[in-house]
Amino acid sequence: MELTRRNAILMGAGALVVAGLPMRASASVDDVIAQFTGGAEVGTGDITITAPEIAENGNTVPIEVSSGTAVEILVLATGNPTPNVATFKFGKLAASRAASTRIRLAGTQDVVAIAKLDDGTFVKASSTVKVTIGGCGG
Amino acid sequence: MASGVKPRVKVPKTAAAGDTITIKTLISHKMESGQRKDDDGNIIPRSIINRFTCDFNGENVVDIVLEAAISTNPYLEFEAIVPEAGEFKFTWYDDDGSIYETAKSIAIG
Amino acid sequence: MRNLTGALLAGLLSTTFVSADPVDDKLVLNEETTLVTRTAAPAHLSGVLDEVMSGWLFRGTETRAMQTDDFDNPGMIFVDKGEDSWNAVEGTEGKSCASCHGGSEDMAGVRPVYPKFNEAAGEVRTLEMQVNDCRETQMGADKWKYTGGSMANMTALLASVSRGMPVNVAIDGPVQSTWDEGKELYYARTGQLELSCANCHEENFGNMIRADHLSQGQINGFPTYRLKNTKLNSVHARFKGCVRDTRAETYKPGSSEFVALELYVASRGNGLSVEGPSVRN
Repeated sequence: MELTRRNAILMGAGALVVAGLPMRASASVDDVIAQFTGGAEVGTGDITITAPEIAENGNTVPIEVSSGTAVEILVLATGNPTPNVATFKFGKLAASRAASTRIRLAGTQDVVAIAKLDDGTFVKASSTVKVTIGGCGG
Repeated sequence: MASGVKPRVKVPKTAAAGDTITIKTLISHKMESGQRKDDDGNIIPRSIINRFTCDFNGENVVDIVLEAAISTNPYLEFEAIVPEAGEFKFTWYDDDGSIYETAKSIAIG
Repeated sequence: MRNLTGALLAGLLSTTFVSADPVDDKLVLNEETTLVTRTAAPAHLSGVLDEVMSGWLFRGTETRAMQTDDFDNPGMIFVDKGEDSWNAVEGTEGKSCASCHGGSEDMAGVRPVYPKFNEAAGEVRTLEMQVNDCRETQMGADKWKYTGGSMANMTALLASVSRGMPVNVAIDGPVQSTWDEGKELYYARTGQLELSCANCHEENFGNMIRADHLSQGQINGFPTYRLKNTKLNSVHARFKGCVRDTRAETYKPGSSEFVALELYVASRGNGLSVEGPSVRN
């Protein structure tokens, strides 16, 4: 993005919105979760999400999800315009129920992982990532 | 097909039968999110890689749905079991219907 | 004047002046090669800096880690693309880079000494200028855009084969007048903010500029894959961004001013390892 005056003002406004509502969870997050779980209850347990406490840049935030018994893991960024991030399905030759990737975060928010375990139950973990705004030119 | 898409994959050349190996994949792709606007204020249409699969000798390792929140030049890391000598096949599926493939052989030794 | 600038700077850098010292960490590439990210400053900086430090030391844990493995570093995809270009025949002479130079790995040692003086042309050349001269004169191919993708891929390839070798640009002899010009530019205040390179990168490295860490502005890691724009960034594109941020009309990438500045800034990093393509914010 070119750093124009208008963009600078827009970015500033974006920062304010994010600062004001750091943990907003939109209705669509619940919808996406319900779709994944089929409405089943989501507990806590065999799922971990690892993400930096402070991301240097919201454009590229490394995350890792890990579980001992998951068959499928859904990752959501609850503060993004669209919360879906990825769904990992582990096949017969997956040596672990773990994967890493890099994601975009629109601002400070909770990143959530929901695992479907091999016993058919669902568990959830979340991690708050603070997204900073850079130095020169954002 | 998005221009200049190039995969880069790390798989060890050899492993012992039954070993666990770490696989890392990168692919050059803009992952246009569909959230951005061009200079005239028009939404730039979404254009991403929406699925990635890794198989070994026809058996699945991982099958991943990617959304617009995956960063440009998508990176994926996971672990696979190597039951025998063979070939890992990696496939990326683009919104525009393009499919990008690469393969890596692994020997037992 | 000095007080005014000081006040301006203080406001710009941070309201609280949080210290963001470089981390105490070692950059080991692919669990094999240890790179020099911190070393005694070259003699020409005596009285100015005791130690020169790679920008890698000013980055966060995750960003630093991304550079330690060639399959984690997204910049390496573009090295692969550079390798494809290296072997591709182009232009009227039916040649590729490899036709004359052999394998790209044979170019180890080239990156660390650029910019350097070209005797035949009687000018100081950056690596980009040399690549374009090869393309036009030897291959009969079109020039690449100075800061464009193809050029960045090629300079990334050329940097990658020299990783771990110390930056070692000459500063005397035929390049001295260019080096002097570069030094003058480094200390010249530009723009409405009246900031020189030195104001941020010599006087305030280790301090915060808004939410980011100011480094020494070393260029041993270029081209650099920035998380911000998720692509390779060339040295002159970065210079342009910095000068623009002082609210000045900038020089153009490839201009004699930026060539001189590149020589001078490179010489401030003499002794640091070539790191390109590095990963930065």
